[in-house]
Amino acid sequence: MVNVVDSAPPVPKVRTARPGRRRSESWIRRVPLVPALVFMFIVTQLPFVLTLWYSFQRYNLNFPTAPRDFPTFWNYAQIFGDHIFRTAVLNTVLLTAVPVIASVVIGVGIALLLNRYVFGRGFLRTLIISPFLVMPTAAALVWKFTILDTTFGVLNFFLRPFGLGNTNWIGQHSQLTIIAFLTWMWTPFMVLLSLAGLQSQGEDQLEAARVDGAGSWRIFRALTLPQLRPYIELGVLLGSIYIVQAFDGIYIITAGGPSTDTTNLPYYIYQTAFQAYDIGRASAMAVIVVIATILIATVALRLISSIFSEEGMRGR
Amino acid sequence: MKQQTRTLADRQAKPLTKLLLGVLTWIVVLIFFFPVLWMALTGLKSETDANTSTPHFIFKPTFAQYASVWKGAGGLNGLPPYLEHSVIVTVVSTLLVLLLALPAAYALSIRPVRKWRDVLFFFISTKMLPVVGAIIPLYLIARNLHLLDHVLLLIILYTAINLPIAVWMLRSFLLEVPAEVIEAARVDGAGLVRQLRRVIIPIISPGLAATALICFIFAWNEFFLAVNLTTVNGATVPIYLVGFVQPEGPFLAHLSAAATIACLPVLLAGWAAQDKLVRGLSMGAVK
Repeated sequence: MVNVVDSAPPVPKVRTARPGRRRSESWIRRVPLVPALVFMFIVTQLPFVLTLWYSFQRYNLNFPTAPRDFPTFWNYAQIFGDHIFRTAVLNTVLLTAVPVIASVVIGVGIALLLNRYVFGRGFLRTLIISPFLVMPTAAALVWKFTILDTTFGVLNFFLRPFGLGNTNWIGQHSQLTIIAFLTWMWTPFMVLLSLAGLQSQGEDQLEAARVDGAGSWRIFRALTLPQLRPYIELGVLLGSIYIVQAFDGIYIITAGGPSTDTTNLPYYIYQTAFQAYDIGRASAMAVIVVIATILIATVALRLISSIFSEEGMRGR
Repeated sequence: MKQQTRTLADRQAKPLTKLLLGVLTWIVVLIFFFPVLWMALTGLKSETDANTSTPHFIFKPTFAQYASVWKGAGGLNGLPPYLEHSVIVTVVSTLLVLLLALPAAYALSIRPVRKWRDVLFFFISTKMLPVVGAIIPLYLIARNLHLLDHVLLLIILYTAINLPIAVWMLRSFLLEVPAEVIEAARVDGAGLVRQLRRVIIPIISPGLAATALICFIFAWNEFFLAVNLTTVNGATVPIYLVGFVQPEGPFLAHLSAAATIACLPVLLAGWAAQDKLVRGLSMGAVK
């Protein structure tokens, strides 16, 4: 939306252009780029300008004829006094950070297990990627009605021997439910990245360390973890980009509740716009979210460009 | 991945440790797979077998639920129209993405424009911006253009969602095309289209397939835009799924059968092309 690119550190050039090429040639070079750029500009930048414009109006679809008072800061004033908005911000942080960290930790663990010789390794690898491939909407419905349901859910059946057979997971542990769902969905992604990282590790280096008498834990800390680091960073980055926008699971499993316990920003903006029809206020919230995203993204982009350095990463 | 080399850690571990770690691996993976398995199993049950507080693991499998999902039952629509919308939206948007992304990736790698780095980061920065930031104007614009609840709207938006990923991915594949090959074609006087068709596309066709797979996954599974911008005429499979949850009466088997059908295309494609997934999901960073 806004150009956050200028601050990105230099990425090594791949094919350096010949100096002193003619103007016309540089135009010809741009031609193949134009359709994609124009398309992206219209579809992703233009709406944001409108969001900005609406955010300074008192615009509610329930009252189409009411005066819009453009320009007004009314929406922003409302938001800063809105305790649900603050809750939604905190929930967004919680429901992004915990699943990202949990899926990275579990994902690295599973990758370490799968990187050994295990009977049926290819089959297990096929199974483990499934949670990431299934349609989130379908998975959320299956979780809600056939797994977590207090009476018919299969989870409580498994937990009955441990005295937890009547737990109302969605009602009483809604945040945990959403965190578990998102972690389940994103762990396979982290497994794939970590496996790629592990397979790029040189066997001879490990062998040398072992001959020198290093224990498993030391080898993991000193050799494997540094090797995995760029892969984990990439996983955290891409995972955050997607999980911060989590909507499907929340919409279906908890509907943001009970009360506002699992209302994150996407869900709250959705409610404000499509249930309260308050276009002005929802737009102002969206503007705040986008500004926050740009601030965070500026940092993230630096990280990306260091990850996507020329050597690239070798996996498999 | 395919070659099952015994790593050093394997050779050194004691047999018992190896066995325990193997068992642990199986248990952990099966826990993660269980919801998918449970969905598939429940879809093969009768409603009587599915709606029990003590789950039935042994039951007489039936395709009755699949039949009623297909034909529609109990005042509910059948799946086919939604499936049709999903297929149209996914296929057309994926083709559009490739059509737009390939020339763009060419201009960012093989014969790069002057500020190619800025352009590349512009593409990726659109991916970081929350969709909620644009959903309201998109809704109002679509309403004014009479595009609400129309497959064309989702086609355009899914193209925009996947285009940045595709540009990054295809660029990483194009960088691997030997410069001499392209140079030779250019010396022979081949223009952009001929270079792409005769030289580049044949070389990077695995890359194109991987890119198409990623676009397919994201477009097929998308929910937020679909639920806010479509109701019936442009509604895709996820909308069908949330639509038939009934507050009364048993529906678990029916739901599971529908969910299984919804997941199957992406599951099969992903399983078949799993070695292409990493590169796609990391947008070309992990080779």
